[in-house]
Amino acid sequence: MPEPTIFELSSPGRTGVTFPTSDVPESPLPVDFLRSDLPLPEMSEVDVVRHFTRLSKLNYSIDQGIYPLGSCTMKYNPRVNEMVARFSGFTQTHPLQPLETVQGNLYLMYLLQEWLKEIGGFAGVTLQPAAGAQGELTGILIMRAYHVDRGDTRRTRILIPDSAHGTNPASSAMSGYEVINIPTDPRGNIDLNFLQSVCDDRVAGIMITNPNTLGLFDQNIIPVIQAVHRVGGLVYGDGANLNALLGIARPGDLGIDIMHFNLHKTFATPHGGGGPGSGPVGVAASLVDFLPGPIVSMVEEGDEDIPPFFGFVQPAKSIGRVKSFFGHFGMMVRAFTYIAMHGPEGLRKVAENAVLNANYLLARLRNTYHVPYDRICMHEFVLEGRWKEVPEIIALDISKRLMDYGIHPPTNYFPLIVHDALMIEPTETESKDSLDYFVDAMEKIAFEARTHPEWLKEAPHQTPVRRVDEVKAAKELVLCCQPIDRE
Amino acid sequence: MNTPADLRYTRTDEWVKVEGNIATIGVTDYAQDALSDVVFFEAVVSVGDEIRAGDHIATLESVKAAAEVNSPVTGKVVAINENLASSPELVNSDPYGAAWMLKVELSDPSETAKLLAPEEYDQYCQTRSH
Repeated sequence: MPEPTIFELSSPGRTGVTFPTSDVPESPLPVDFLRSDLPLPEMSEVDVVRHFTRLSKLNYSIDQGIYPLGSCTMKYNPRVNEMVARFSGFTQTHPLQPLETVQGNLYLMYLLQEWLKEIGGFAGVTLQPAAGAQGELTGILIMRAYHVDRGDTRRTRILIPDSAHGTNPASSAMSGYEVINIPTDPRGNIDLNFLQSVCDDRVAGIMITNPNTLGLFDQNIIPVIQAVHRVGGLVYGDGANLNALLGIARPGDLGIDIMHFNLHKTFATPHGGGGPGSGPVGVAASLVDFLPGPIVSMVEEGDEDIPPFFGFVQPAKSIGRVKSFFGHFGMMVRAFTYIAMHGPEGLRKVAENAVLNANYLLARLRNTYHVPYDRICMHEFVLEGRWKEVPEIIALDISKRLMDYGIHPPTNYFPLIVHDALMIEPTETESKDSLDYFVDAMEKIAFEARTHPEWLKEAPHQTPVRRVDEVKAAKELVLCCQPIDRE
Repeated sequence: MNTPADLRYTRTDEWVKVEGNIATIGVTDYAQDALSDVVFFEAVVSVGDEIRAGDHIATLESVKAAAEVNSPVTGKVVAINENLASSPELVNSDPYGAAWMLKVELSDPSETAKLLAPEEYDQYCQTRSH
């Protein structure tokens, strides 16, 4: 690494701040809590600032260029969101404060719940889950609680299409369900015949990602949902790809019973180093009683003279709490701001432009790269990162070479149903100029693959760290942030 | 792609070698190529376990993906390749030899007749390459 760790930079005795003489009586810490073996780095303030500034220059972020990481919706995070999140009314409050002193915070959470219900077509929303995968786990626990509450304990299976997000089978397995894999048909939709053959009263539900990880709107979505509902199962929608549908179609209206929202994707809160995420879950009316609690609610309506009073309520059959306090409040403020700044028409334009941008890239790249499921795409699409005439080049080489052009690589090797998949999601925030720059780089790389394959094999050449040894990284884990004793 | 003629295959990319009533199981050359560098192997069954065709018997992880290995046959596990956990890269270098995963005592040797013949498996792999 061109930059040492902060522990390696440490020098005994250096300090960043000098405290004034205490003007209150000293109260020593209990002896039991004192440790002498605490190897914290010792540095001056300027050295800390320089260390992290250097690290930030080694990083790549959406503020530097296009970040077409498929299924991650790496859109630009507007500065106004950050400004609002820094209002002292938000930053100087604590979740344990008396309710009457944080009514503004609660009102924001209440309105965000209402807006997400409206956007997704749901009857209830919890803001607690910390991110998408925890939203999925929450949704599956709600699904189980619903069946068990009805005395329906035979259901042990969850159906997962092979074009779903990779976290879906993990969430199901973690909840103790058996995962049944559903294949994709030649058009890139859920294989309806196969689905119908496994729909029986052992099915707790299905987890659908729509648009799926091929970036295609599943044309079988209505019959799929009907088939699962007919046997008493519930339908979970993975909201990670909601950016394609905003203001155009509502998952709840399609018949989806449970869905998580990724505030850090669709609603532009920072992620990928800038996190944390936030994964609110919306549910249909039949599931509202099972939501995690407590949930912000208008506990007194108020009138002309008295404002409404907001507090917390516990849903009647709640699965309980899934997150300490009330979730990632700072992300809620940013998502609230994003939705407020766009309004309903603006949100619809987000989806329209995200889909337009992806289709523009697909149209321009189709002749250079093979598109295995080639039809009008939604907000993303999947190319094959390989050519028959240069068999030694794989998707990873193309991605590494893109870094030399100052572009973040797309998602590699997912979905698994496409060989050497390159999953590309430009998002709506890229201009035609930056999309053209991306296409030019992809075309140059396709040319280089034929003329100078070693340029791809040895890429990246221009980054602070060259090609990393992925096998070594996976096999020799170093779960330690302190320098390793190399003696 | 290498598809030895003396083995039987599954649509989930396992191979089976039958000697008497003992079946040796591993994953195919096609599978190791699709996975790329394998970095982790773990058998999820133990010697003595009764397993059925289709049961999850081992987990593989590569730098690209995680994959389940399913048993092509029904019977009792009589051996597990202890080398693979420490040297999972054998799956890439010698998928049909040193990277055998399990040996199973078949409860019904005729069951293997239902598995794919080498040419059927080759054909199946062709259809998957879009």
